[in-house]
Amino acid sequence: MSRALVAFFVVVVTAVCAATAGGQTPPPPPPSPPPTEQAPPKQPIPPVTDADRAAAFPQGMAGHSMGGEGINFMVLFDRAEWQGGRAGHAHWDTKTWIGGDINRLWIRADGETDDGRIEQASGEVLWGHSFSRWWDVVAGARQDFRPGPGRTWAAVGLQGLAPYWFEVEATAYVGEGGRTRLRLEVEYELLLTNKLILQPVVEVEAFGKADRARGIGAGLSSLETGLRLRYELRRELAPYVGVTWDRKLFGTADLARAAGQNAGAGRLTFGLRTWF
Amino acid sequence: MKKRAFVPPAGGPSRRAFVKGMAAGGVLTGLGAFRAPLWAQAGSRQATGELTGTTFDLRIGETPVAFTSRTRTAITVNSSLPAPTLRWREGDRVTLRVSNDLAHDDTSIHWHGVLLPANMDGVPGLSFHGIRPGETFSYQFDVKQSGTYWYHSHSGFQEQLGLYGALIIDPIRPAPFAYDSEHVIVLSDWTDENPERVFGKLKKQSDYYNRNKRTLGDFFADVRRQGLDATLADRKMWGEMRMSPTDLADVTAATYTYLMNGTAPAGNWTGLFRPGEKVRLRFINGSAMSYFDIRIPGLKMTVVAADGQYVHPVSVDEFRIAVAETFDVIVEPAGQEAFTIFAQSIDRSGFAAGTLAVRHGLRAPVPDLDRRQLLTTTDMAMSHDGMAGHDMSKMAAAPAAAGAADPHAGHNMPAAPAATTAATNPGMQMHPESERGNPLVDGQAMSPMARLDDPGVGLRDNGRKVLTYADLRSLLDDPDGRDPSRTIELHLTGHMEKFAWSFDGVKFASAQPLELKYGERVRIVLVNDTMMSHPIHLHGMWSDVENDAGEFQVRKHTVDMPPGTRRTYRVRADALGRWAFHCHLLLHMEAGMFREVKVVE
Repeated sequence: MSRALVAFFVVVVTAVCAATAGGQTPPPPPPSPPPTEQAPPKQPIPPVTDADRAAAFPQGMAGHSMGGEGINFMVLFDRAEWQGGRAGHAHWDTKTWIGGDINRLWIRADGETDDGRIEQASGEVLWGHSFSRWWDVVAGARQDFRPGPGRTWAAVGLQGLAPYWFEVEATAYVGEGGRTRLRLEVEYELLLTNKLILQPVVEVEAFGKADRARGIGAGLSSLETGLRLRYELRRELAPYVGVTWDRKLFGTADLARAAGQNAGAGRLTFGLRTWF
Repeated sequence: MKKRAFVPPAGGPSRRAFVKGMAAGGVLTGLGAFRAPLWAQAGSRQATGELTGTTFDLRIGETPVAFTSRTRTAITVNSSLPAPTLRWREGDRVTLRVSNDLAHDDTSIHWHGVLLPANMDGVPGLSFHGIRPGETFSYQFDVKQSGTYWYHSHSGFQEQLGLYGALIIDPIRPAPFAYDSEHVIVLSDWTDENPERVFGKLKKQSDYYNRNKRTLGDFFADVRRQGLDATLADRKMWGEMRMSPTDLADVTAATYTYLMNGTAPAGNWTGLFRPGEKVRLRFINGSAMSYFDIRIPGLKMTVVAADGQYVHPVSVDEFRIAVAETFDVIVEPAGQEAFTIFAQSIDRSGFAAGTLAVRHGLRAPVPDLDRRQLLTTTDMAMSHDGMAGHDMSKMAAAPAAAGAADPHAGHNMPAAPAATTAATNPGMQMHPESERGNPLVDGQAMSPMARLDDPGVGLRDNGRKVLTYADLRSLLDDPDGRDPSRTIELHLTGHMEKFAWSFDGVKFASAQPLELKYGERVRIVLVNDTMMSHPIHLHGMWSDVENDAGEFQVRKHTVDMPPGTRRTYRVRADALGRWAFHCHLLLHMEAGMFREVKVVE
C-alpha cells in the first residue's frame, strides 16, 4: 500500500516538475522519446580539433562594443517667445536631459522678462528614473530666483506620457519653513499636418501656505494656459504664434489686485521652438 | 587577384551624361572629377565590377561621393560604393587581405551568411580585435557553400557610410536551373547626415523621419469613410497604446536616397539583356535600415534562391526583401526594349530604381509609389495595454523563473518531439519575466502567429502575386534530420518613444551570452513584441525556418520577423565559438538588439 502511494507521489511530482521546469509553455512530457531524437544527424557533426578550438575562441576579446548603453542628450527650448501687450515681455521655458534610456539628468528652466528686467526666473535640476513603460520618477532641487527673495525647494515628481499622448509633469516641492508647493503641467500636440502642429498646454500651481514677499497666497495660486501653432521648418526649428491666458487665483489674485496688478491676462505670442 | 577587363560598353553613358545626371550620384574622385560607377565601366554583361580569384586585396578608405547636391565622405572598399563584387568558387580556399586606410577608426569586414571559423567572422570584440588604422588583416578560410551573399563592415556605422558589397560564390556543380546571363543588384540607403546624428535624433525624437503621421485631416477623412464611432475607437486604441500605425520605418526618404548598385534613381542603373534570354538577378539588400518591395512591371520573376540557398522555383510579381536578405530570381525579358526594376521602400517614402534594357540609355516608365498602408490589428497581435501585459507576465513569471537559470539568456524548455505543441502552436503567448514592468518594453504580442503566408503590411491584396515565406521551400531536404532537443524562446522588444531595442527587454550591454552545446540542434522561437519588422541574423550557422507544422522548410541566414509574428527555426550548433546574433537594422543593433551566441563543447 505504502509502496503504491510512494509510486503515486513519484509520478505526480515528476509530472509537476516536468510541467513547471519547462519554461513558459510547458509541453506535455513525451510518452516515449521518438527514435529520431537518439539518431545521429544525417550530416555528421565534425569532431573538434585543437585548431578549431584556437580559431573559435581567440584570446583577449574585450566583447563587442555596442549595445545601447550610450549617453544621449536633448536640449529643448520649448518656448522662447515675445508676448504682446507690453514691449520687452519675453518668456522662456526649456528642458534638457542627458543620460541613458533609464536614468537621466533633467534640467528645467523657465522665466519672464518685462521691460528688459527679469521678472521671474527659476531652475530645477532633477535625477529621473524610468520605472515603467511610460513614467519616470524625478527627484532633485528647485531654485526660484525672482520675484522677491530667492527660495530653494526639494522636488519630487512624476513625468511621462499618459494615454492618448498627453505629456504630463507633476511635481511636489518642499521648501524652508515648511513651505509646500504642487505643480502640474499637461501638454498635447495636435497634428494639423505633419509640419503644422497645434500645442495646447495647461499648468496649475498650488502652495501650502502664503508667501507674501513673493505675492503668493495659500491654495491654488495660478492657472496658465497656452495654445501655440508652430510650423516645423525642420523638426528642430519651428516658429510659432499663439495665445496665452494666465490667471492668478484666490489669495494670490487678491495680493496681485492689492498691488495694483491684474489678476489675469491674455496675450498674443510669437516664438521659436528649437532643440538640438 | 584577377580583375575583369573594364571595356567601356558601346553606346554607354558618356561623361557628359553623368554630369547631367548627377542627382544620380556616385563615387567622386578628386575635386569634382566624376568617375563612372563600376557598372558603367564593366565591359562584360556581368554588369557590376567584379574581383575574382582566391586572393583579394581590399583597401578600406574614405571616398568623396555625391548622391544629392552635396558632396559627402563615404567609407569604401577600393574606392567603390558599393564595394566591389567578390566572386569566389565553392571549394576554394580564399585569402582576403583587408587594409585599413582610415585615419582614425578601426574597421572590419563580416562575410554575411558565410560558414567559416569564428576568428574569420569579422565581428570586433567577438571574433577578432578589428583592423586598426594602417593595419592589414588577412582573412583566410575554405569556401564551403555557394550562392548570393554579401559583405559589410561590423564596426560602428560604417555599413551606413558605404562599406558593403556583393559576394557571389559559384557552385562546383551547376545550378539546378538554366540562365544565360546575370546581374547583381545591391540595394542600399544613403544619407548625407552623419549616421551618429541620425541615431542621436531618433533618441531625442523617435518619429523624427516619419513625415506621414496621421493628422486632423486624416481623422475627418476616416470619419467620412468609416463613421465617427469606428474612427474614435481606432484612435482610442492607438492612443491608449501610445503608438502610431504609420510607424513603418524609423529612417525614411526624409533623409535617405535609395540606391541600386550605388546609383540613385535619376542615374538609372542599367543591366543589359538580349531579348529572349534568361537573366538571373541576384538581389541583395545591403541597406542599413530599409526594407524594399521589388517588382519589374511586365515581367514575372521566378525566385530560385533565398539567402544564397536554392529553393523550389516560385513565380511571383513582387517580393519584399528584408535588410540583409538576398533573393535570386530568373526573368525572361522580351517584347520590350526596357523594363524598370522598381524597389519601393516599405513606408512608401521613396524608391530605388534601375532598368533592364537591350542597350544603355533606355528607360521604361517608373511606376508611382503604392499608397501607404497602415499597420492593422493583424500586424499587432498584441496588447500594448499595460494592465493586460502585466497580467500576462504574472502568469508567465512562475514557470519562467523555475525553468530558466538565466532569464536573460533565453528560456529553455524541452522541445516536444513532433514540434506540434508549444513551439508552433502557442495559444496565448507568455512573456519572459524580464519584460515585466520593464521601461524598455512598450508592448507585448498577445497572440502572435507565424503568418508565413502573409505578404505583410503594404502588400496585402494589391492584385499582384507577392512572395511570402510560405512559398520558400529549400531544394535540399533537412540536412541534419534530427528534431531539436530543446527550444530557446527570445522576444524582440523595444520602446519606440525611447528608441530602445533589445531581446527580452534586455539590451546587449546587460545581457549574458546564449550558450549552445557543440553538435546539438536547438529550436529558436522568436516572438516579435514590437510594432516593427526586424530581420534577425545569426552568424556562423544556418537558421532553418520551420513551417507551421514545425518541420524544416527553408534555410536562411536572416529571418524576417514582421510585427506580431512568432516564427521558429532550427539551428545546428556545428560551429564552435562566439557568434553575433542580432537585428540587422543597423540602428536597432546599435541600440541593443544584439546577443552573443556562444557554441561550446
